[in-house]
Amino acid sequence: MQASAPIIEFSRVSKWYGQFHVLRDIDLDVARGERIVICGPSGSGKSTLIRCINGLEEYQDGVLKVDGVEVTDDLKAIEAIRRQVGMVFQQFNLFPHLTVLENLTLAPMWVGRIPKREADERAMQQLVRVKIAEQAAKYPLQLSGGQQQRVAIARALCLTPKIMLFDEPTSALDPEMIKEVLDVMIELAGQGITMLCVTHEMGFARSVADRVIFMDQGQIVEQNTPAEFFSHPKSDRTKDFLSKILAH
Amino acid sequence: MSVTGEVFQFVPPRVPPVATEGVLPWLRRNLFSDLWNTLGTLVILGLLVTCVPPLVEWAVLNAVARADNAACRALGHAGACWGVVAEKYRLILFGRYPYEEQWRPLVATALMISLLAASCYRPFWKRWLIALWLVVLVVFFTLMFGGVFGLTFVETARWGGFPLTIMLSTIGLVTAFPLSIAVALGRRSRMPGIRTLCVLYVELIRGVPLISVLFMASFMFPLFMPAGMTIDVLLRVQVGITLFSAAYLAEVVRGGLQALPRGQVEAAQSLGLTYWQTTRKIVLPQSLRIVVPAIMNTFIGTFKDTSLVTIVSLYDLTGALQLALGDSDWRKFFLEGQLFVAAIYFVCCFAMSRYSRWIEQHLNTGTRRD
Repeated sequence: MQASAPIIEFSRVSKWYGQFHVLRDIDLDVARGERIVICGPSGSGKSTLIRCINGLEEYQDGVLKVDGVEVTDDLKAIEAIRRQVGMVFQQFNLFPHLTVLENLTLAPMWVGRIPKREADERAMQQLVRVKIAEQAAKYPLQLSGGQQQRVAIARALCLTPKIMLFDEPTSALDPEMIKEVLDVMIELAGQGITMLCVTHEMGFARSVADRVIFMDQGQIVEQNTPAEFFSHPKSDRTKDFLSKILAH
Repeated sequence: MSVTGEVFQFVPPRVPPVATEGVLPWLRRNLFSDLWNTLGTLVILGLLVTCVPPLVEWAVLNAVARADNAACRALGHAGACWGVVAEKYRLILFGRYPYEEQWRPLVATALMISLLAASCYRPFWKRWLIALWLVVLVVFFTLMFGGVFGLTFVETARWGGFPLTIMLSTIGLVTAFPLSIAVALGRRSRMPGIRTLCVLYVELIRGVPLISVLFMASFMFPLFMPAGMTIDVLLRVQVGITLFSAAYLAEVVRGGLQALPRGQVEAAQSLGLTYWQTTRKIVLPQSLRIVVPAIMNTFIGTFKDTSLVTIVSLYDLTGALQLALGDSDWRKFFLEGQLFVAAIYFVCCFAMSRYSRWIEQHLNTGTRRD
């Protein structure tokens, strides 16, 4: 692979839930190190789009390649892709029966085959990075929402992924905790990792995104740099959406 | 008030104005809180006062504890004749196992119960425990069968009593548990063949009473075997009990699998864990802990259901009691015999139920917010 080739390539990707056409002919190239924010009304297919990238959702038509490997229903290929792709969920999805440290070392030890001592060291580095090292021995449910989400980010980073997917990472958080999670994400954005983030945090989009994508009804309606996207939205649908979320 | 420009002050915590702890407040709150509660308390007190003294009189004060048949008969209904237990306890506990050799089932059962107890303790859940189980099973059957090391051979038809009950239920559950997990996972498999097979198994077995399964294992199965080939009836019954409880357990386990939020599996998948890694590290530890009470319910049920093997002429604890009561001198005192056997069952079941509560709390680390 040459360095300039896109790390993620969607070509005419379509997905259906039964008869419902949820993703319609998606074409999207993501460059290495690019930071993309995806927004749009609920049900517009934005979560489904990023969940296709690591095979959590299957698509029925078109071609999707991640780092040159096609995402198919071949489990081996998907598992290889998942090792390159970290994901952070709206509901954190930490493993409640494992301590914070065990949450972080599970995949490195079982997927990466790294000895426990080394996995522990790496995990602690990531916990320091998300500023939560002192909670390593606790169980997830003993932490606040913001702390849990930071642990989830650290967990995804432990496999040193090339791509990070964020599926509405701050939507389930109390307002007081959103900032601590966004701060971690902003720090991460400065490290050159490829990021795709489904969020309505427009301040975050403005400060870190290279590109903002607006989706509606399973299609990419508009995409642009944040400066252009917010100041000169082209389509009426985008204007309407922005007027609603930026009204306050 | 802030309207007048004063600075806001937090109110410091203080003690409650009325007592909420201590004996009297507890009584008032729990036993005499309102009219109906008070009435209920009085009715129960009345029942206790009328029932407990006669019971104590019958079971303790007027009872005959010696194996003295004449003294027992002289009692009438005034007191309990525990003499039947004193006279027949070896027969009740060990069934028709040769009298001089009964130390063998005693040692074998004691070994198995000790290992069961040890297996309950979580720090012992290591690989060596499985090895130890294999060793104990070999020792158990060596002692029971004999035929080696100068021990006389005892055929399975003569095994009985408490050792048989413990053996049937322990081996039944230990083998049924992994089988039930496999079946529960199979019912959720993406492969239609496996799924159908597991559904069929569960529905067929669940649709039939245990008695029918035992009858089939005992009488029908041999008809389908090639001539000259026989499988020991005890083994067939053991397999029947295992298959039966596995079907029930599988549904319990499936309930636990379904209670697990989808996000847990997705998180594990997104980390690159394989299906088996996800199942072993994420899905089963959480699902099984959710259904501990239901699992223990099935365990206790199976333990008591082993008494049904009497209908295929295996004399477990209840069956051995019937043997003991076959003695016309003592048949009259069947009630005391039944109480003795019931007490043994109760001790075992109560221990299981207490353990279930204990393990529930010990497995709950992390899911509690303290």
